[in-house]
Amino acid sequence: MLAAARCVVYRDLLLAVRRPGDVATALLFFVIVASLFPLGIGAEPNLLRAVAPGVIWVSALLSCMLSLGRLFAADHDDGTLEQMLLGAAPLGVVVAAKAFAHWLVSGLPLVAIAPLVALQYDLPPALYGVLALSLLLGTPVLSLIGAIGAALILGTRGGGVLLALLVLPLYVPVLIMGAGSIEMAEAGLGAGGQVLLLGAMLLVAAAFAPWAIAAALRISSE
Amino acid sequence: MLEAAGLECERGGRTLFRSLSLSLQPGESLRISGANGSGKTSLLRILCGLAAPSAGEVRWHGSPIRELKEEYAKQLVYLGHSSAVKGDLTAAENLSITCTLAGLQVRKTALHAALERFGLGASAVPVRKLSQGQRRRAALARLCLSAAVPLWLLDEPFSALDATGIELLRALLLEHLARRGAVAFTTHQDPGIAATHVVDLG
Repeated sequence: MLAAARCVVYRDLLLAVRRPGDVATALLFFVIVASLFPLGIGAEPNLLRAVAPGVIWVSALLSCMLSLGRLFAADHDDGTLEQMLLGAAPLGVVVAAKAFAHWLVSGLPLVAIAPLVALQYDLPPALYGVLALSLLLGTPVLSLIGAIGAALILGTRGGGVLLALLVLPLYVPVLIMGAGSIEMAEAGLGAGGQVLLLGAMLLVAAAFAPWAIAAALRISSE
Repeated sequence: MLEAAGLECERGGRTLFRSLSLSLQPGESLRISGANGSGKTSLLRILCGLAAPSAGEVRWHGSPIRELKEEYAKQLVYLGHSSAVKGDLTAAENLSITCTLAGLQVRKTALHAALERFGLGASAVPVRKLSQGQRRRAALARLCLSAAVPLWLLDEPFSALDATGIELLRALLLEHLARRGAVAFTTHQDPGIAATHVVDLG
């Protein structure tokens, strides 16, 4: 079972290495969207500092959406998904590994690059820790919830827009807690509560999302 | 060991087949024939558990496959119409990953021997740069490593293969039948294998 999970993570990382363009696209999208706001709003430091948490988090949500569409669609098209459905390991384990690999490729780079983006918003360096921590806990939730949507829209036409309509509303709690943690820290109130709630969301998503993804895949591949 | 009773399949409001029953014992082969769109692939997908029949049931050694799930999946190899190989990986990488996911523990030497047998031994290029037939060979190489898996379900295994490829696959199928495995396959061509059972879907 563990061998299968390791194998799926290794496979998806290997595919990402062979096609670095896909990873770079999502990351560049994040950087560009987050960089457009200071240009549009103007260089008023107080205003920028106030909008920074929300803008950075919304950019992260959108960038995550960008790579989700291909999460199962590529495997569906070349038939490898059928082989996963007929694998020796429970499907829940396999899809959890796929969601983890998706996070490694699309979520983790955001965590690393977010402080650099935050420079444009004049966010105090003391907040970089909270920013990175909130993204570190929040982005895996995005991958897990997003994978449910990606599994449901498999084989439908115009799936990309449908995926956004399906998944973005479910991202709201993560957005509120993620951006909220940085705002609280900015106001000097301590981000402990929000960060703990993000951690709780991650635990719940990690426990239940894989089974929902597996069920959705079985339905849409019939 | 494999039995199906009263199978019915509906696709897009049209009934493809109704009250179809079949049974497959060790050492037997089943050939599914029929015109395009007659439901050959649908029947094979029902037999391997990827799709559910609208009526009827498939049983493996007497237990419904719906209840067996992974236990049944471990007992079969299904090769679908698409070759199920990743274009960006090499044939060896593809084969090694497919076998791990199928729960087969395969040594490197056995893996290379399997690819060698299908003429892909030294191929280190991504599969996407290979021809259709070579991609098919990369998928079929898995059969060399699946001797211990009793049930083989193959969807159009002979398509895109050249004469030597067809000969190789036929030898593999006969080997499998000789060691009391069971094979079900769909085909348009005459495979040169005297199938124990034939299901004609019309």
